[in-house]
Amino acid sequence: MPAVPSLRATPLNSLHRAFGAKMVDFGGWDMPVQYSGIIDEHNTVRHAVGVFDVSHMGEIEIRGPEAAKLTDHVTTNAVGKLKIGQIHYSGLLYPHGGFVDDILVHKVADDHFFLCVNASNQEKDCEHIRAHNRFDAEVHFTSDDHAQIAIQGPHARATLQKLTSVDLAGIKYYWFADGEVCGTPARIAHTGYTGEDGFEIYVPPAEAVRLWSEVMRAGEEFGIKPCGLGARNTLRLEAKMALYGHEIDASISPLEADLGWIVKLDKGDFLGRDALLKQKETGLSRKLVGFEMRGRGIGRDGYEVFLDGAPAGWVTSGSPSPTLNKNIGLCYLPTAQAQIGRNIQIMIRNQPVDAITVETPFYKRAK
Amino acid sequence: MYPDNFRYTKEHEWVLVEGDIGTVGITDHAQEELGDIVYVDLPKAGAHLEQGKSLGSVESVKAVSDVYSPVSGEVTEINPLLASQPEALNTDPHGNAWLVKIRLSAPAEASGLMSAADYQAYIGAEK
Repeated sequence: MPAVPSLRATPLNSLHRAFGAKMVDFGGWDMPVQYSGIIDEHNTVRHAVGVFDVSHMGEIEIRGPEAAKLTDHVTTNAVGKLKIGQIHYSGLLYPHGGFVDDILVHKVADDHFFLCVNASNQEKDCEHIRAHNRFDAEVHFTSDDHAQIAIQGPHARATLQKLTSVDLAGIKYYWFADGEVCGTPARIAHTGYTGEDGFEIYVPPAEAVRLWSEVMRAGEEFGIKPCGLGARNTLRLEAKMALYGHEIDASISPLEADLGWIVKLDKGDFLGRDALLKQKETGLSRKLVGFEMRGRGIGRDGYEVFLDGAPAGWVTSGSPSPTLNKNIGLCYLPTAQAQIGRNIQIMIRNQPVDAITVETPFYKRAK
Repeated sequence: MYPDNFRYTKEHEWVLVEGDIGTVGITDHAQEELGDIVYVDLPKAGAHLEQGKSLGSVESVKAVSDVYSPVSGEVTEINPLLASQPEALNTDPHGNAWLVKIRLSAPAEASGLMSAADYQAYIGAEK
């Protein structure tokens, strides 16, 4: 079966199809949702190593003498604190404080920042940054120059180390190194979206199929498996990592989303700062909290949350947790009601089902 | 893969008619599409079902899916296995992981459903 023509495809698309992945439309991209099964892939990442095609993610590069100024102006985290080779998680906000996107900022050089952004937001992000570029800086849309492969799990480093002379043990968490993987130039980042140790490598699209196969071969002794977006979602949810369109969107601020740690209000002016300051002054009306189902059922994305019989919020993400063997989720609740240990009800197919708010992340790996 | 003595629906259920009892399940194609199944909701014994109306639901890690009754009648038995081992639907959907048994109120209904050959052509075409 060829890819559906109206959907966008990564350089690994035909490989996914040839190896029997189940494909879905993910925000306009024809992507593998699963290979062997979501639970099996999830457990493989928690206990061994898994490989994901995340080439749909976008890349935007900001260059020039005032690249740092522009990057700092359009993002919430403190670009001035980044060292060359370091990465941080950050937010692109509208002036009203809602998310344009959540992104990773890599500092390549004093005059060069490499942004990894969400697939379905990439064009919008680029336009947004360009619209606010009143600096001596250039904004390059370089998604077509990059495929991205994520190698995640306790054996991720041993797997990737076989394919590169870069000393991976020397790359700290949320740092990166430019080097070669299997003779191909690669940006090797010690990051991930699974709550497990691992790396994300940015490589030329023409080399993606060969590198994927090399990674699979290198990980064979550890039981490596190809993984789809289904497992990526259950893994990130256990680690309480936000997903655009679920926990965050244009109507949600980082403070509400429990992402205050990526907002540096004292760094100087940036897009959205005034709105966030105001939110801080007047107090947040709602807050993201984790829950576990007590009754039988799964509180899924978009389901209503009831407090004492009245509608009070909504579920942003919900799923069985393969690691914890419970049904977990995240929801927005009025701040005054968002304390841990509160009994809530989730409307599942018109039936209220008991749940309780809990501490997050649901899963944290042993360091 | 698809037994010749079953009849199949476009919504991917099957029914095996023996005397006045129909055994109902979901097809291998359905379980394949759903992925890892974690819950099965079934009616109680004694419930009356109508052809084409909701019988219950099957929930996988990623989605909930309605199951429609391929035939009309009264539920005589529900499969006790599925409460404790819903994942059996992924491994044996045409055998041990049947959903319910129904005493048929309109036995002719089943003959209007697809044969195994028709169903296989249908899911081939659906892809």
